[in-house]
Amino acid sequence: MSSANRSARPLSPHLQVYKPQLTSVLSITHRATGIALSVGILYLVAWLCAASSSADTYAIFAWFNGSVVGRIMLFGWTFCLFFHLYNGIRHLFWDAGYGFELKAAYNSGWAVVGATAVSTVGAWLLAYAVR
Amino acid sequence: MAEFTLPANSKIGVGDTYKAEGATNIKTFKVYRWTPDDGKNPRIDTYEVDMDSCGPMILDALIKIKNETDSSLTFRRSCREGVCGSCAMNIDGTNTLACTKYIADVPGDIKIYPLPHMPVVKDLVPDLNVAYAQLASIEPWLKNESPAPERERLQSPEERAKLDGLWECILCFSCTTSCPSYWWNGERYLGPAVLLQAYRWIVDSRDEATGERLDQLEDPFRLYRCHTIMNCTKTCPKSLNPAKAIAEIKKMMVERAV
Repeated sequence: MSSANRSARPLSPHLQVYKPQLTSVLSITHRATGIALSVGILYLVAWLCAASSSADTYAIFAWFNGSVVGRIMLFGWTFCLFFHLYNGIRHLFWDAGYGFELKAAYNSGWAVVGATAVSTVGAWLLAYAVR
Repeated sequence: MAEFTLPANSKIGVGDTYKAEGATNIKTFKVYRWTPDDGKNPRIDTYEVDMDSCGPMILDALIKIKNETDSSLTFRRSCREGVCGSCAMNIDGTNTLACTKYIADVPGDIKIYPLPHMPVVKDLVPDLNVAYAQLASIEPWLKNESPAPERERLQSPEERAKLDGLWECILCFSCTTSCPSYWWNGERYLGPAVLLQAYRWIVDSRDEATGERLDQLEDPFRLYRCHTIMNCTKTCPKSLNPAKAIAEIKKMMVERAV
């Protein structure tokens, strides 16, 4: 077949048709939470800088963190932190060569999902309880 | 850079519908079609198939459509028993062999596409030339410097057991084309099928080119674009574990460096 004809070939569909798998969904979530945490660390540093500068500056952060939007953002970062932590541990086992059987990979995947849900909600319940 | 959408010439339109007149037990197949001859975009044709006169496998339905309804439908097939790897395609959202996938295992309409993110030659036939070139690049044959013994090169049962789960690969490329990392970096990342083959020769006790083989894979793209997504292991129609084979190569890289 000529090269001109070859370049005209369409690309078969990929993301458009491939069913989301637990394997791939947790993988892309790991990357997304990692990016979110990178942004979060900047926010955390700004927060600490505010705390060390003046009471008035800190009050602005305290007010925003207490607002609905602020709480949603902090809740999101809490989720990102726990997911990335637990799935990171899963990756450490993989890097050591363990947990590759499909059943093990699915069990560990669902365990990450469960532990993230419990830890995220638990951390917030604890935070509200001691407030 | 990853392109998440399809190029303009690859967007999929709606095609024709072929009714199964008079049939009472109907299953509907929605099949990706593209021909280089008419200059048009790909389309989805809908075929109703009479299940009372069709075999149990997806491949049986495709052959029935080609024989009785639309002889222009193009797909690869040969052994019809899961050992040749020709009829690998995307069925009901995951990659598998049409000959070993039961029609009854798919609820509702059955959607069939070529293996994902590959150039299409025609209909369900992808262009596998790049994947084959990648396979050739890992030199998938026994490399040995020591003089040949009088009879065969011997292996202990334990050494031979290391090849189990590797030699069974039929190179259908279901795993490679299920891998998002291969979708975005397929020109430089070797993909799960080829890396499983690479490992098959690396662990072969009769092969003496282990170091050379590892050197060739020591590259940010060829090996390390594997991010342990594990779609490969999930979709393998032979129940092999390419993700584990790749992890073993990565471990060997670390072990020889320390």
